[in-house]
Amino acid sequence: MNIATVLLVDDEVPFVEAMTRRLTKRNLTVLTAFNGQESLTSLGKNSSVDVVILDVKMPGMDGIDTLREIKKAFPLVEVIMLTGHATVETAIEGMKIGAFDYLMKPCDIDQLMAKVQEAKTKKRKHEEKIIQARIKEIALRRGD
Amino acid sequence: MESSHYYRSLTRNMVLIMMLVSFTPLLLISGIIGYQFETSYRQKSLAHLSELVRKHQQNIDSFLIEKLSYIQVLVHSYSPDQLSDEAFLNHKLSVLQQAYGGVFVDLGLVNDEGMQVAYAGKLKLEKANYAQAEWFKRAMKRHYFISDVFLGLRRQPHFIVAVKQEWGGHQSILRATIDFEAFNSLVENIKIGETGSAFILNTAGEFQTMPRVEPFATKEFFLEIFERENRKTTEVETVDHPLGADVLPMVESYSPKEAGKMKDKTVIEGEGEFQGKSFIYVMTPLKGGEWVLVYQQDASDAFSHLYAARKLSIVILMLAGVTIGIISFFVAQKMVHYIESADKEKEMMNEQVIEAGKLASVGELAAGIAHEINNPVAVMVEEAGWMEDLLQEDEFKSGENLAEFERALKQIKTQGARCKEITHKLLSFARKTDPKIRSVELNELLEDIISISEQRARYSNVKIEKQLAEDLPFVNASPSEMQQVFLNLINNAIDAIGTNGGTITVTTRVDGGFAIVDVADTGSGIPKAMLARIFDPFFTTKPVGKGTGLGLSICYGIVKKMGGQISVNSAVGVGTTFHVYVPLPGDTGANENTPPSVA
Repeated sequence: MNIATVLLVDDEVPFVEAMTRRLTKRNLTVLTAFNGQESLTSLGKNSSVDVVILDVKMPGMDGIDTLREIKKAFPLVEVIMLTGHATVETAIEGMKIGAFDYLMKPCDIDQLMAKVQEAKTKKRKHEEKIIQARIKEIALRRGD
Repeated sequence: MESSHYYRSLTRNMVLIMMLVSFTPLLLISGIIGYQFETSYRQKSLAHLSELVRKHQQNIDSFLIEKLSYIQVLVHSYSPDQLSDEAFLNHKLSVLQQAYGGVFVDLGLVNDEGMQVAYAGKLKLEKANYAQAEWFKRAMKRHYFISDVFLGLRRQPHFIVAVKQEWGGHQSILRATIDFEAFNSLVENIKIGETGSAFILNTAGEFQTMPRVEPFATKEFFLEIFERENRKTTEVETVDHPLGADVLPMVESYSPKEAGKMKDKTVIEGEGEFQGKSFIYVMTPLKGGEWVLVYQQDASDAFSHLYAARKLSIVILMLAGVTIGIISFFVAQKMVHYIESADKEKEMMNEQVIEAGKLASVGELAAGIAHEINNPVAVMVEEAGWMEDLLQEDEFKSGENLAEFERALKQIKTQGARCKEITHKLLSFARKTDPKIRSVELNELLEDIISISEQRARYSNVKIEKQLAEDLPFVNASPSEMQQVFLNLINNAIDAIGTNGGTITVTTRVDGGFAIVDVADTGSGIPKAMLARIFDPFFTTKPVGKGTGLGLSICYGIVKKMGGQISVNSAVGVGTTFHVYVPLPGDTGANENTPPSVA
C-alpha cells in the first residue's frame, strides 16, 4: 500500500540512501535526485510525485532556487524543505516561495512522515478542487 | 623607541619647515631692503662729502689765488724803487695784515741773483740770499709761484707766494710769506664726526697741513690712489688751472673768467682698507694738481647711522628668529603631541577592530564547521534510525540482545541530537537568528525570560528577584537577540550558583544614554585569571558536553553590534554581576557617553 510518492533531493548520497530505506519501509515510493537540476528532470519524467523533500544547502543550484523552479514548472507538487541550519530567514523565504513546511536536519522520521502525509493530503485536496472546477467548467459549457 | 624617534624627527621637520617658511621672506626682505638702503646711503654720504670737499677745494684755491693776486697787484702797481723801500713795504704789509689778519707774515723783494733787497716783517731777513732756495729757482722760471710748505731759513713751517716782474731788463721777485697757521685752519675746519678730518699732501707726499687725526693709511697709499684716478680723468679732460704752474705758464692776472675754469671736477671718492681698518676717503687736487686735499673718515664713524640701523635690524632679526624658533618649536611639539595621541587612539581602535575581526572570523569558521559536521551527523542518525526500523522485523524480535541494541541506537540518536544542538548554537553564533530591529520594552522581555527560566531555577533552588525600573524607556533592538543575551546570562547565573541555592537579581536602570540591565548572582564568582577570557568563543568552565563556550561570546557580539557594551564584576565566593548597556534610541548622548570598558 503506497501512501505517497516522494522525491528526495540531497547532495549527500549516504543520507539519501538511508532516508530512502527508511521511507520505503514506511510505505512511501521514493525517487531520488542528487542535485536541483536532476530533481527537475525527475519531476518531468514522473508525474506521480506528490511531495519533494528538498535539502536547502546544495552545491550548484541551491534549495531555494530549485524550489522556485519546481513551483514554476509543477505548481501542484508540495515541497518540504530540509535545512541544515536553523536560519529562520531561509525558512521564511522558502515558505514565501511556496514550500509546504520546513524541518531541521537531522530530523525525526516520524515528524517527517507526518509532514509528508499532510502535504500529500493538501495536494490531493488541491487536485480534487481542480477536478471539480474542471467538471463545473465542462458542465457550464454543456449548459451553453 | 622606534615611534619616539619618529615623533622626534616629525617635530624637527615641522620646526624646520616653519622656520624656513618664516625666515625666507624675512631674510629676503631685510636683505634686499638693507642692501638697497645701504648702497644708497653710502652713495649719498659720499656725494655729500664730495660736495663738501669740493667746496673746500674752492675755498683753498681761492684763498691761494686771492693772496697771489694781492702780490700781483702790488707788483703791477708800484715801481721797483718803491718796492725796494722798506718803509713802503712795511706800510703795505701792515695794510695787508689789517685786511687779512695774520695771514701775511712778511714781504720781501728779491733780485734776480737771489738777494733780498728789501724786507718787511718781524724777522731780520734783510740781505738774505735765496739763490739756492728751491722756490727761487722755480719762481725765476715763471711769472708767479706758490711754494710748498717748508721750514726755510726761519725754521718755521710756512709757504711763499712769489711774483716775478721785469723792470728795465732786471727781473725781481716780490715774495710774501703766508702764515702756516692761517692756512692750516682752512683745512682744519673740515671736521665731521669723530674721525672725519682733512689734510693736504703735495705730490711728493709731504704734509702741507697738520692732520688733526693721524692718517688711516700711509701717504703713499693716498697718493697712489690719487695718481691712478687722476691720470684717468686728466686723460679725458685737460684741466685748466690758474695755479697750475706747469699747466698754465703764462697767466698775467687773475680774472673772474678764469675762476670759472678753476672748478676742478676731479673728486675721487671711495672706501679703502688699510691694515684691517676700513675708512672712506675723498680726494681732490689743489693748486693745479700739485697738492692733494685728502678727506678721510673712519667707515664706522662715517656710516655710524647706517651701522646703528644695521645693528638694530640685526638685533630685531635675531630676536624675531629666536621668537619664531621658540614658537615653531612649541607649535610643532603641540601638533606632534596631538598626532601622537591621535595615533595612539587609532592604534587602540585598530586593536578593537582586530579583536572584533577575530571574533567574526572565529564565528565564520564555526559556521563552516557546523555545516560540515551537520551532514555526517544527519547520516549517522538516519542510519541508526534505519537499524531501529530493522529491529522491528520479526527476525530480530526474539534476539536476546534486542533491548541492548535498542538502548545503543537510542544513545546514538541522543548524541546525534546533541551534536545538532551544538552545531545549531555555533551557527547562531555566526548568524543572528532574527536581526530585525524593533522597539523593545526591556522590562517585559525580561519578565518573559525570567518566567521561562524560573522552572529551571527552581530545580537548582535559585530565587530570581526583579528590580525593574518602572519608567524604563523603549530601546531599539532585535527581540530575539535580546532574549538570547538575557537567557544566556540568566542560565549562566543559575549554573554559577549550582545546587546549593542562591539568588539572582535582575535590575534595570537608566544612566547616561543607556538602559542598563544588571544580572547579579550569588554564585561561585569568576577567578581573576579567567575574567579576561570569558567573552572568548569556546571558553568554558563547564564539564565537557555541558557547555559550548559560545554563550557569552554570542552575547558580547550581539551587544557590541547594537552599539552597547557588556561588562562584568566578579568576586570569587561572593558572586558575579553582568552589566549590559543598551543604547537608548534617538539619544545622541549614547555616542558621547561611552560606557566603561569591559572589565
